[in-house]
Amino acid sequence: MTIEAYADTIVPGEKRSPDDRAIAGAASGGGAVASGAIELLETPGGGLAPALDALAISLNDHATEYAQERGLVLDDDVPPFVGLSFDDRTALVQLLTAPENPEKQMWVALALFSNMAFDSAAHVGTLDAIAAGHPGLLTIGYFRPDTDGVWRFPQFSYGRRLADSHPNTTTTGSPA
Amino acid sequence: MTATESTDVLVIGSGFGGAIAAYHLAAGGARVTVLERGPWLTAEEFDHDFLLGSSYTRIFDFVVGDGMSVLGGNCVGGGSVVYFATMPRAPRFVFERRGSIGRRMWPAGISRDTLEPWYDRVAEALPVRLTPWEQVPFAGGLFAAACAHAGRTANPAPSAIDLDLCTNCNWMMAGCRFDAKRSLLLNYLPAALAHGAEIRPKHEVQYLSRNDDGGYRVHYRIVDDVDYRVLHDEGAIDAKIVILAAGAGATPVILQRSEPRLGPMPHAVGRYFSGNGERLNTAVFDEDRVREVLGLTRDGGQAYAAYQIGRGPTVASWDQLDGSLPEYERFSLEQLYFPPGLGTILAQAPDATGPTWFGVEKKEMMRRWQSWLTIFTMSEDDNEGVFGPPPETGNSHRLSQQMLGNGPLRYKPTANTWRGWSLSDAAVKDTLERDGLARVMPWTNDLVGAYTVHPLASCRIGDDPATSALDDGHQLRNHPGIFVTDGSAVPGALTVNPAMTIAALAERAMPGIVRAAQERGVAVRYGAPSPDGETAGRRGVTRAA
Ligand SMILES: Cc1cc2nc3c(=O)[nH]c(=O)nc-3n(C[C@H](O)[C@H](O)[C@H](O)COP(=O)(O)OP(=O)(O)OC[C@H]3O[C@@H](n4cnc5c(N)ncnc54)[C@H](O)[C@@H]3O)c2cc1C
Repeated sequence: MTIEAYADTIVPGEKRSPDDRAIAGAASGGGAVASGAIELLETPGGGLAPALDALAISLNDHATEYAQERGLVLDDDVPPFVGLSFDDRTALVQLLTAPENPEKQMWVALALFSNMAFDSAAHVGTLDAIAAGHPGLLTIGYFRPDTDGVWRFPQFSYGRRLADSHPNTTTTGSPA
Repeated sequence: MTATESTDVLVIGSGFGGAIAAYHLAAGGARVTVLERGPWLTAEEFDHDFLLGSSYTRIFDFVVGDGMSVLGGNCVGGGSVVYFATMPRAPRFVFERRGSIGRRMWPAGISRDTLEPWYDRVAEALPVRLTPWEQVPFAGGLFAAACAHAGRTANPAPSAIDLDLCTNCNWMMAGCRFDAKRSLLLNYLPAALAHGAEIRPKHEVQYLSRNDDGGYRVHYRIVDDVDYRVLHDEGAIDAKIVILAAGAGATPVILQRSEPRLGPMPHAVGRYFSGNGERLNTAVFDEDRVREVLGLTRDGGQAYAAYQIGRGPTVASWDQLDGSLPEYERFSLEQLYFPPGLGTILAQAPDATGPTWFGVEKKEMMRRWQSWLTIFTMSEDDNEGVFGPPPETGNSHRLSQQMLGNGPLRYKPTANTWRGWSLSDAAVKDTLERDGLARVMPWTNDLVGAYTVHPLASCRIGDDPATSALDDGHQLRNHPGIFVTDGSAVPGALTVNPAMTIAALAERAMPGIVRAAQERGVAVRYGAPSPDGETAGRRGVTRAA
């Protein structure tokens, strides 16, 4: 749930149900979680899977500290990070991934993978993802392949000269 | 104890530096063995698939350092398999650069003129062709039109792509399944094989040691087929000549790790690393303005909305490649496609009031992904990268089964480097935001540092032993018989894509390496034609020699 909330802060989406707590519901359409961020993070080949539990604990510690410093009262029903508002989750992620933060690298890695689930569905085959209506690939408007599952774009060019070449160009097209 | 194998010439890495060396030495009659850390894939194995474990991750190496991340090829053919095949020659002024050492960085023997016949050889071998405007994809056309609107010039770039075979799928980084891209898998490497060279994939070289006969022993580990974090058996091969061509992110690491056995390395090994002054700007275009201001429309009445269509960079702007400008103020701008998965996270939402690289506003930006245009800067950085102590194996501590690792490179951009970046950012903004065409913001360095796909100069050639690891014949100083022919030998940033220059330098180094092999008793001659038998380029270099 904590990691879901982190992924949702990176690429926010709409709640799965009205009482969804992990997903803050800050944006319309599916976000990182609906795109499979947890599945991707748990993929053994990805490299982050063994660290996820520790990351969740650490993230909640940071959330508790963040809330205390600001006098925020957190709801006991959910982990501290999940208890934060979307704006506070965002502010905390900004602190954790800031260049001067010594822990930056692991929080950036978590963000990279969350984003990757959304924009490329790296945990499932791309054709399957498209067939299943993967929210991320749909959101970015990724064009579909030909029927054989391969991309080709026979229409690809405006077909005309659109600028003058630099006068210092060789006949083979390099800088002179 | 298993017997150690032996060969005449051992080549480490099969990218431009390695493939060219393997071909010339094998064609000349030497026994050549190539050790390549990555797998060996052919066209039908190059997937259109982002799935972890598809060719998109199998053939890549992405190493995050402190302040600089390096993206490179990891397969037989090296960077040529994943690259975009844009192949310009470097501008004349590059060879006169002074850089951070305050005097000419390049060896006195190399200029654009003296390199020209070697460039010709590469152009013949791949081959490299000028892209006609009629074949420039929408994104390149849009960039060109925006440049023209801003009173600038823009050039379709020369490239090593067979345009008749290209489908404009933009999956180049996963390898080309149509064999349209003229990678080394289609020219130098098959020609080397035909002459008896042996290529062994999944062999990661760890270090070198010296033999009593003045030759070298090359120590490797076998890499697991799927999980590159797992290394299997080790082995060693003796050779009279060793050619390091593991790429600028890996060659110095192998040498550093060899230091306890080989003795002290030249000071410049693992220093003076250059990211080719690279920087990326992501623009989001206003489709209506593209139509109204630039008069562009495409099939179906769209103006642009075609980020996904095409093939990497096709149009570059060279207005700032003026040799009379001060050093660090010269750069090229190139339109580029960057596929999802690797870099989207670094694109920043222009005008965002909250965080720029993640969150609500970034998601809004991603909804308009098809209207993105990426502009790639190649500028004159300050060779400020330094490699720290080598990791236990390979050139990084691998995190994912493939692709992702943490490496020892440190890169703190100097004011000079920032100068080029800032000027180029301003030029991009001025060009693309004119009359409301687009909104643009540079990628952030805050997350994984600066980012390069063109690592250079970590083991550079030069005339001065204090600031160059190699002499102008690419031989490692104080270690006769070891040569470096990959991007690490290039002295500094080139302000354009480097593969053509890396390849030309490798070609140029060959006669000398053949001579060194002869001196060590190898029966080998120099003078092979182009891999497909063409001899025009050979005549050119004979005249030059
Ligand atoms: C996405 C992308 C796009 C690019 N587009 C362009 C372009 O359009 N134009 C251009 O000019 N350049 C481009 N480049 C850069 C170009 O690919 C490189 O400059 C070029 O390949 C460098 O050649 P090289 O011989 O130095 O090393 P590489 O081609 O990187 O070859 C090094 C090889 O050594 C292997 N290796 C590493 N360590 C070991 C080891 N320990 N043991 C054995 N083998 C090892 C690697 O797996 C690799 O195959 C691009 C690069 C990338 C990543």
